[in-house]
Amino acid sequence: MDIILGLVVNVLEEGFIYGIMAIGVYITYRVLGFPDLSVDGTFPLGACVTAALITVGIDPWLACLIAFVCGAAAGCLTGFLHVKLGITDLLSGILVMTGLWSVNLVITKGSAVMPFYDKSTIFNSGFSGALASVLPENYRVVVIVAVSCIIVKLLLDSYLKTKSGLLLRASGDNAQYVTSLGRNPGAMKIIGLAIGNGCTALAGSILSQQTESASVASGTGMVVMALASVIIGTNLFRKFRFMKATTAAVIGAIIYKACLVIAMQLGLPTNYLKLLMAVIFTVALISNNMFMGRGKKQNVNPTQI
Amino acid sequence: MSIQPKSETGESFVSMKHIYKTFNPASVNEVVLFSDFNLEIEKEQFVSVIGSNGSGKTTILNILCGSIAIDSGSVSVNHREISRLKEYQHSKFIGRVFQDPSKGTCPELTILENMALADNKGASFGLQLGVNKKKIDFYRSQLELLKLGLEDKLNLPVASLSGGQRQALALLISTMTPIDLLILDEHTAALDPRSSENVMELTERFVREKKLTTLMVTHNLKFAVNYGDRLVMMHHGGIVVDAAEKQKSALAIKDLTDKFNEISVEVGN
Repeated sequence: MDIILGLVVNVLEEGFIYGIMAIGVYITYRVLGFPDLSVDGTFPLGACVTAALITVGIDPWLACLIAFVCGAAAGCLTGFLHVKLGITDLLSGILVMTGLWSVNLVITKGSAVMPFYDKSTIFNSGFSGALASVLPENYRVVVIVAVSCIIVKLLLDSYLKTKSGLLLRASGDNAQYVTSLGRNPGAMKIIGLAIGNGCTALAGSILSQQTESASVASGTGMVVMALASVIIGTNLFRKFRFMKATTAAVIGAIIYKACLVIAMQLGLPTNYLKLLMAVIFTVALISNNMFMGRGKKQNVNPTQI
Repeated sequence: MSIQPKSETGESFVSMKHIYKTFNPASVNEVVLFSDFNLEIEKEQFVSVIGSNGSGKTTILNILCGSIAIDSGSVSVNHREISRLKEYQHSKFIGRVFQDPSKGTCPELTILENMALADNKGASFGLQLGVNKKKIDFYRSQLELLKLGLEDKLNLPVASLSGGQRQALALLISTMTPIDLLILDEHTAALDPRSSENVMELTERFVREKKLTTLMVTHNLKFAVNYGDRLVMMHHGGIVVDAAEKQKSALAIKDLTDKFNEISVEVGN
């Protein structure tokens, strides 16, 4: 029983952390329709920036914020390459992702892994220090990541209801409409990419604080994981009208993490982890196509019927 | 918007002067569409444009909206030179309804959200709440003008509306905020006869009530003859018929089809 409970806690911990990234990727992939590969680079960027800042003694929450800003800047760069310089969406993501690898190594001063044991993190200082007397450590981590994830979700939900948020949704839906409103749809794309990559870097930052070390290689497979979470979540809860897509993305991340943990428990060697990630993503994509098959036809352009 | 038409500057409200436009220059597909093309439109005039395929009607609209650049010449709307502006900058004072009903609205947003966005045109899109609850009654009253029952479906995504309903909504949306010029790009062509009659009647009403300067491209000769103050017929990048007021009311559809046939014979179609 204790083992199962331990696994559930583990799934929830990582699920909520990756949920933050899934919310960000929901913005770029579902709202903007932009397959953003720079996520593979911004996730470790957030981790490395946090490691460097915490090592020099910056407040961990402030480090989270700075990680978000750095991720957002990288997202802006992806957007700039795509919108202003006319590079295709996939390629601009790959370029930023590749470039960030070196940037991350510079931040960690050349080491592939940058540990920061026994420094103050969001899990052992301030607000969570107060929680320490009430909750054992593993529950404390779940509470903190869940609260952070929910705050990010609520902030994004309310952003999507603002004028700027509506315009963002419109630019993914019908860029011509944004142009008709006298606005530049390209600018909205850049804002969306900034938000998406900011959330990803924030997730990287929180994960690095949980493990108390940052790894330059931690970004590999993040795109696949985030996209799979978004697609699993939004497909499973398609029928639940009352549920926000951001919530669905977070739950998708938790389900995805649970699948991985179950596979590991059933004895899958760690080396097969990335393969399993790819397989889960493939299954999610195929089921997405099957689900969408009928739904999409209703949106056919009336001039083409 | 208080600038007087014509008299003061000797220039019309909408003016295209000495327009040159060549497509695919210096290639085997080179098409010289406009060489020294001119068109002047008075304030509050409703102009319908007809013409065969490739005559340059849609190119005129695209030039006015900034979707394509001209080689040389000048384009001004409300005494403002616009030929060097970006497309989205044109939209600040030009409303456009497209042939494709899905282009004028956002399918995944609700009717209410679409209207709230359109209502905010020209203002800043900041972090204020997107849909102002106090204005819902105003949106409802606007939708009632369409007489399609959309006022009861405010929270429905636009994707679930029919082409005719969407086009009526697109028309309403593009004329909700003050604009200098309304551009209708074959906006009834994709609709069934009943819906296109309805949308055309709405167009006439909005244009007259809001005193809009309008340029309408259509393939429907009946609409071109029955609606609007001036009729322009284009052929090979030039104007072959330009009839205003009395001259226009004397025109019958037959005259136009005759003219069409005459042109077709000339080019050997």
